[in-house]
Amino acid sequence: MKLFVSEGNPHCLKVLAAVEVSGVQCDVQYVNHEERVVPFLSRPALPALLLPSGLHLFSSNAICRYLFEVSGKDSSELCNQWLEWEATDLQPALLQALHLAVLQGKGSEVSKVLQGPLNYMEQSLSKGNTPYLTGEAVSVADVVLWAALYPVLSDASLALGERASVNAWFDRGAVMHSCQSAAQKVLQGKGLPGMKSYMQRQPAPQSSQCRDTQPCNGNPAESEEGERAVSAEEMEAAALTWSKGLNTCPVATDRQHPILPQEGKRNIMVTSALPYVNNVPHLGNIIGCVLSADVFSRYGRLRGWNMLFICGTDEYGTATENKAREEGLTPQQICDKYHAIHSDIYKWFQIDFNFFGRTTTEKQTEIAQDIFWRIHKHGFLVEDIVEQLRCEKCQRFLADRFVEGVCPHCSYPEARGDQCDKCGRLINAVELREPQCKVCKQTPVIRTSKHLFLDLPKLEAQLEQWLDKSTSTGDWTANAKQITRSWMRDGLKPRCITRDLRWGTPVPHPDFKEKVFYVWFDAPIGYLSITANYTDQWEKWWKNPHQVELYNFMAKDNVPFHSVVFPCSLLGAQDNYTLVNHLIATEYLNYEDTKFSKSRGVGVFGDMAKDTGIPSDVWRFYLLYVRPEGQDSAFSWADMALKNNSELLNNLGNFINRAGMFVTKFFESCVPAMELQQEDKKLLALVGWELQQYIQLLDKVKIRDALRHILNISRHGNQYIQLNEPWKKIKGGDTERQRAGTVTGVSVNIACLLSVMMLPYMPTVSQTIRDQLNAPQSCVNTMLQGTGTFVCSLSAGHRIGTVSPLFQKLEVDQIEALKKKFGGQQTATQSAGSTPPATVPAPAAPAVEVAAVIGADPEKAKQLTLAVAEQGEKVRELKAQKAEKAAITAEVAKLLDLKKQLALAEGKSPAPAPQKGKKK
Amino acid sequence: MALRELSSLEKYLGLKKLNKYSTQGDKKVPVLQSNNGPPLVGLVTIACHLVKDAKRPNLLGDSAESRAVVQQWLEYRVTKLDGCTKEDTKTILKDLNLYLQDKVYMAGNQFTLADTFMYFGIHPLIVDLSVQEKEQYVNMARWFDHIQRSPGVRHHLPPVVVLRNRIYTSKHH
Repeated sequence: MKLFVSEGNPHCLKVLAAVEVSGVQCDVQYVNHEERVVPFLSRPALPALLLPSGLHLFSSNAICRYLFEVSGKDSSELCNQWLEWEATDLQPALLQALHLAVLQGKGSEVSKVLQGPLNYMEQSLSKGNTPYLTGEAVSVADVVLWAALYPVLSDASLALGERASVNAWFDRGAVMHSCQSAAQKVLQGKGLPGMKSYMQRQPAPQSSQCRDTQPCNGNPAESEEGERAVSAEEMEAAALTWSKGLNTCPVATDRQHPILPQEGKRNIMVTSALPYVNNVPHLGNIIGCVLSADVFSRYGRLRGWNMLFICGTDEYGTATENKAREEGLTPQQICDKYHAIHSDIYKWFQIDFNFFGRTTTEKQTEIAQDIFWRIHKHGFLVEDIVEQLRCEKCQRFLADRFVEGVCPHCSYPEARGDQCDKCGRLINAVELREPQCKVCKQTPVIRTSKHLFLDLPKLEAQLEQWLDKSTSTGDWTANAKQITRSWMRDGLKPRCITRDLRWGTPVPHPDFKEKVFYVWFDAPIGYLSITANYTDQWEKWWKNPHQVELYNFMAKDNVPFHSVVFPCSLLGAQDNYTLVNHLIATEYLNYEDTKFSKSRGVGVFGDMAKDTGIPSDVWRFYLLYVRPEGQDSAFSWADMALKNNSELLNNLGNFINRAGMFVTKFFESCVPAMELQQEDKKLLALVGWELQQYIQLLDKVKIRDALRHILNISRHGNQYIQLNEPWKKIKGGDTERQRAGTVTGVSVNIACLLSVMMLPYMPTVSQTIRDQLNAPQSCVNTMLQGTGTFVCSLSAGHRIGTVSPLFQKLEVDQIEALKKKFGGQQTATQSAGSTPPATVPAPAAPAVEVAAVIGADPEKAKQLTLAVAEQGEKVRELKAQKAEKAAITAEVAKLLDLKKQLALAEGKSPAPAPQKGKKK
Repeated sequence: MALRELSSLEKYLGLKKLNKYSTQGDKKVPVLQSNNGPPLVGLVTIACHLVKDAKRPNLLGDSAESRAVVQQWLEYRVTKLDGCTKEDTKTILKDLNLYLQDKVYMAGNQFTLADTFMYFGIHPLIVDLSVQEKEQYVNMARWFDHIQRSPGVRHHLPPVVVLRNRIYTSKHH
């Protein structure tokens, strides 16, 4: 029998203790945490016991029980019960406790987390009045629980020692020599810190982890929420807030430049990853960086925070040199040209930078060279001879991105010279198998050259200390933490910061003349130099970590440079730099389930968006609606039309327009008097709750999730109008007319609130609504304060302006035309039989088979999906208007027919699917 | 859910007197009150108790090794399957598929309690999969189909079509 264990793993403590107590002979082997011992498990699982039959046991409790049984001690039912309790109740709490204590330095919160399970043990021990859990003698349950609790109970700083019976039981365990020697082996006498490297490799605990919960498969952002129960207190509180009216405090003045950190304010600097200048950004770039950062900085301004939003184009590097050669211009001319293109695109998307600069400036040279000399002075640079790829045909050293080949780690055939898109690992260009010059497809040769390296291993300890603090106190997205953790786990290596190029920031060191800084050393310094070009007092932002919070926005491929490489440069320079506090990384946005590709002409690029005739605000809305937050998502034309028509037009726009029209038509454009009844107060409470959720989510930069709460509010509003029918009541007696007035007044105030909440997402429409309602400017500052205050900002008698529709329908043929235009030649290339990329989904073959048999037509299916959605909407409208029965029946028949056609086109049998079909 | 699983097990074991259960806590952990001793708490604990009650100890394994394997999968069921996220689902199915490559049942060549409860736990994960997805996990699907067709196991759960071959037409889905 062979037992595999790893140091610092608390579960291994259990089995080693069980080996000692049971006295079973067994060969113990120490392995790495990441070692996959059990052949059928994809995640490493330790401890593991290899049984004589060749089977593996991978559960520590099952191993302990087995060891006891082999030594002749069967476990009782009570014993089983303790083991089950340990696995299902104690372990989730322990995992959370260890996470807090070992990784986040929040030992003080441990006692709260463990309170429940420890009290349960205390009760059982004191009630049973026996020395051990199951009676007078030690059982496997005692050993398992003792070992599980040893790390926390033996650490006096966690202050868990108030339970008399648990303490007595634990000390009884502690006198057992065998248990303690196991603890010594696993934790090496280091206590909790001995488990750090193990804990870093564990997924972060979820507080909901417990037994008997249903698997959570639904996407929370899309599932419809049931009616929330509203308590009487909530309703009264909402009515009270409502009556408070607008802030009397002075309206925020226009922005005064330069914006500098202010005492007593939350000073936030927002950066978005610098787009590379020689490419026109595609929608994925826009949502990942500038648009997300824009929403957050607009939101921050509404919250009254002192915001500085900085971005610019990253302009140095071979790619620029190349592009210049292609277009017959100088690199500077190329940068000027493309900087203007970028600038125009972001202007069209209404990205409200405080300053949009560029990296090819004197300040960049000045600051980059200063940082370089500081790092040099502090001894964090090392020299080395490097082998580099040189293309003899093109007569130059090849930058990493100009080499492609087979990834040495995962064998992905299209790995780039610096990083593999498939496995995400960094690559040294010379390690690529079958390298090719990307320009001429020749095989490059290896040459040597002397270079400078940033000594990352020497900075690792400092970095880790800073990372612990930043990731535990700031908001880092899960992918950012995970990518960073995996980088730290692989260990840091020295990183080359110089390159044999001309178009770059010159290295000031005399031994390295003719060389420039490697773009990833240079580019993040662009954040500093761009700020310096904005204001001479840039150091008030960048050398002021105590007053300033820094948010970095990017797509996930950029994470390591912002969380590891750049912080190391700044830490090494030792000049009290502001380091990132919150790292917000998106996943990838695909285009109609394929990748955006400039070369294949697939996808929508920033400069083309405006040619579609679809307003910038609608683009912003849809991109934010499908923001790849937490998982990859896809841009789809059909979906964009659907969301525009169903959410913007029929939900949000419809509500705001109706509210305004009622005031205009029924009350001569003056907001009527409002007498709040229970029902109105309930609505105020519901809306207030959605507003609170919105604020909580946006405070944590959950941009996509927060958007959903805006749409929920207008849904509540539509229901409210539909239920109260002000257009009927206005024709009734005095009480009824008054009721119509209240409903209209509340609705138009909700519209005003919505305009404020929409501001970060759709700035133009937001302003249009306030213009139409003639809303006071102070409502913008009032509603998003604190946890959210929904006040009556348009009081009785307020005169509104001219109301008109906010959104337009996107027609099927319009969308189809756009889809064709931007679809590229991907269908052609696929049928030509080019090698499929490794990411082609596996079920492709069966799908084709089904199509062949039943005649599925995905193209037709998409059209029909859209048609079904529209027809459904039509039916719903008719029903809502209480149209004639015959008319409704006719439209319903059409709808059913469309659904049947759709089912056929999707290759399903036309009979409606039993459950899911009904909901649609 | 847990209570329905236990009542299915009682029927399968042919227990004459049906037990009374309650649940405790917001996690609805099953509790079995008994006349001669303290109550038993927890799905696995109670299930093992019922098997002993019915004098069918072989369902818990017929050797120390197989008993350990059975207990391991029962624990896996209540710790890993229950409350797993969508991402976990894929890993779980992939791992089980690999594990079942050379096995008829969870604990080798004999039907045990581990099969019953892993089946109950896998069921909610598998109903939502498309046929294509199920086909990625052939070994797991073969085991699942085998267990759901074993007499008396399925009870409270609807049957799931897991394997498709050319004999079946699309009407079955």
